[in-house]
Amino acid sequence: MKRTLNFNIFRYNPQDPASHPHMEAYTLQETAGMTLFIALNQIRELQAPSLAFDFVCRAGVCGSCSMLINGRPRLACRTLTESLPDTITLLPLPTFELIADLSVNSGKWMRAMSERLETWVHSVEETDLDRIELPMDPDLAEHIYELDRCIECGCCVTACGTAQMREDFIGAVGINKIARFKADPRDQRNDQDYYAVVGDDDGVFGCMSLLGCQDVCPKELSLQTQIAYIRRKMAFAGL
Amino acid sequence: MKLIYTDVLVIGGGLAGMRTAIGVKRRGLDTLVLSLVPAKRSHSVAAQGGMQASLANCVKAAGDNEDIHFQDTVRGSDWGCDQQVARMFTHMAPKAVRELAAWGVPWNRVRKGEHEVVINGQRVTLTAPAKAHGLITARDFGGTKKWRTCYTSDGTGHAMLYTLGDQAVAASIPVEERKEAMALIHDQGRCYGAVVRDLISGELSAYLAKATVMATGGYGRIYGVSTNAIINEGIGQALALETGVARLANMEAVQFHPTAIVPAGILVTEGCRGDGGLLRDKDGHRFMPDYEPDKKELASRDVVSRRMAEHMRKGKGVASPYGDHLWLDITVLGEAHINKNLREVKDICQYFLGIDPSKEWIPVRPTQHYSMGGIRTDYRGESPWLSGLFACGEVACWDMHGFNRLGGNSVAETVVSGMLVSEYIADFCQKPENDLTVSTHLAAEFLQRETDKLKRLFTSSGDENAVAIRKRMEQILMEKVGLFRNGEHLREAVEELQQLLIRSRQISVASQAQGANPELVLAYRLPRMLKIAIGIALGALQRTESRGAHYREDHPERNDRDWLNRTLCHWNSEDDTLPVLDYEPLDVNTMELPPGFRGYGTKNIIEHPATEARQTQVDRITEAAPSDLNEQLMPFRHLLPEKYRGDNERLEDSNP
Repeated sequence: MKRTLNFNIFRYNPQDPASHPHMEAYTLQETAGMTLFIALNQIRELQAPSLAFDFVCRAGVCGSCSMLINGRPRLACRTLTESLPDTITLLPLPTFELIADLSVNSGKWMRAMSERLETWVHSVEETDLDRIELPMDPDLAEHIYELDRCIECGCCVTACGTAQMREDFIGAVGINKIARFKADPRDQRNDQDYYAVVGDDDGVFGCMSLLGCQDVCPKELSLQTQIAYIRRKMAFAGL
Repeated sequence: MKLIYTDVLVIGGGLAGMRTAIGVKRRGLDTLVLSLVPAKRSHSVAAQGGMQASLANCVKAAGDNEDIHFQDTVRGSDWGCDQQVARMFTHMAPKAVRELAAWGVPWNRVRKGEHEVVINGQRVTLTAPAKAHGLITARDFGGTKKWRTCYTSDGTGHAMLYTLGDQAVAASIPVEERKEAMALIHDQGRCYGAVVRDLISGELSAYLAKATVMATGGYGRIYGVSTNAIINEGIGQALALETGVARLANMEAVQFHPTAIVPAGILVTEGCRGDGGLLRDKDGHRFMPDYEPDKKELASRDVVSRRMAEHMRKGKGVASPYGDHLWLDITVLGEAHINKNLREVKDICQYFLGIDPSKEWIPVRPTQHYSMGGIRTDYRGESPWLSGLFACGEVACWDMHGFNRLGGNSVAETVVSGMLVSEYIADFCQKPENDLTVSTHLAAEFLQRETDKLKRLFTSSGDENAVAIRKRMEQILMEKVGLFRNGEHLREAVEELQQLLIRSRQISVASQAQGANPELVLAYRLPRMLKIAIGIALGALQRTESRGAHYREDHPERNDRDWLNRTLCHWNSEDDTLPVLDYEPLDVNTMELPPGFRGYGTKNIIEHPATEARQTQVDRITEAAPSDLNEQLMPFRHLLPEKYRGDNERLEDSNP
């Protein structure tokens, strides 16, 4: 499987007046078990020391490294080059602010989303930390964790038709968060409270059901089901 | 000059930093958090298996309490830890889990009735009582007497960090992402904040604060293969070291985790073995019972890692293009269990190895994992040498892990230390004598110094290549400062690392981009990493004994007589190539648990002269069983913030 890989990588550093957006070509010898994490680091080490990209955990759990890989939003760290053709085109995720090259500011977007949807358990009671915790049904705890597994990588937002048209659309990531907190009895908000944050066209009613989100979610979250569920609940809440 | 003021400057947005920020905010202080990356992407997110807290809710945790957790922790540390800190920690851990439960972490819960588990390779049926139904459950981890590790599947760190991250948003705590601290601003033994670089624009600013908190994690990434996130390069420790005032401790105490996959070095959780997974060699033989018949795969991490390496040295490893490895077999757990409780492990195996762990064995070998050493602080998290500088979490050495950390004790430490240190910081900030009296001139001076350093890198005519120096540093640490160490290799390591540090002063940067510029970032971080590397190697060279994760082939005995102490490390002058080491003794006469045998392998200890007398004294007090036993053995409660002094309730208390 000794292949020569041809990379086409988007290069542009908006902070550098001399830089202009363009595609740059690099070639690399493929090695066994090579991921895009390994490949991009090799390119940076030997060919392009200024190439910007974001990896943190490099294990598929932190959501830093999503990019367009041959047109599809994916986590680069866990993408094996052997799963790709000889020619690999890498672009930064659209819809997020570009920092440089393949690095985008998805963190800023996610923080704004969290602030808007108030993605935390709303509870007024102070807990006595010395006392035994309140019980929770084991199945419910597992269900909440299932919805809590989102890594805010931004792939769903990039794959979303509505997000391309509506700058303030909260995306599947946001709707899934509402489903997560709505399922959690510790969050004392009611449907009217949730309606206040997602009951409009920038919220759940903006979804056109194209479901690109479901196709690209690297954690295989049940986004389709959650969107349908929240839309139904919010439609009733809005009556 | 851009100046930003806050009461408490928190550097690092992982679990420790976030919990600290939330704590001081609740005490009415102004705070802000700096993070190299979006905070929810910090390394805490990768913690899989869980956090230890003696809730004693599940069947196999019956009878557990702070005492047993404390003893496990001290034994695990090979008696290198600060026992008062370990006591404070085990007392706080149940409170921390319960707080996180209230804030939204979906901890896995006890299910009443019969359920099947795997223990020692056998399927066993346990029956959970109805009264425990719905309480937080726990799994088994290495080096513990009870099942004590609370978890959410194998995404515990994720669930915890998202909960704390969201709580920080709820508390309107600003988190400035993609900001890097470049230097601590200090004068006359008082820390006043930090010079900070914006990693997007390249702009330098001075942040001034009454208290500065380092919560930047470990230094694993200076090793060639590490389970750590790539941002864990020891820069927080290095910034403290570069003050020339603050000291680091026990830098040579570096943990290797038994099960990282080969070749990627990605961790698969200790929960694999805790839930019943086995280690096998090239013949498929389960070898751990041959070495450690009692704890087998669930011996302490340092022991399992060394036994694995020892077994591979005997030619029992599986040959691969990436060197020898062994097998982790979790097929015995069954697909249903893996799909529910070890799903990240399943994903990692699928994406990085192309295998299904419910059907095939996982190739693993011991890999750098955790930094027990770090910025030396007192039990309040403050540097004894640099007032106003606090540290907590993996970056710190307040010293609850000594020379080996138990699995599940580090995520627990992050939140516990955040809870405690935030209270001590608030007390510190509320004292009038700690008001900020810094002159803007001092801030300007530090800012100018960093500006000049960066300018020198941009204009340097040096011909050294940062990538090459870094690779060599990583290689030296792997080969000469790893799992097995000896004087000859360590001397070579110290020597060559110094040469690398000198060469690193001749690095030049081609790309002139002022903002995002990975080449520049490596250029200014590398000398800092090298200082940490030298600190580790020198500490390991001078410590002529074996304790916990620090194993000297030429000194295999644990030597309490000469080495029951903590290594301290400081760096005098920027031109030096070596730190200065000195040693802080541990006092046997105040220990609740005097030094003893951990029970692994054969006993090989040179006793401390005071051990026997102290043991007799402890036995006498314990036998008398006074109602205030803790107070008589080793008082610790008075050190805790008042609101955290209460006893932890358990089922056995509520249903006698």
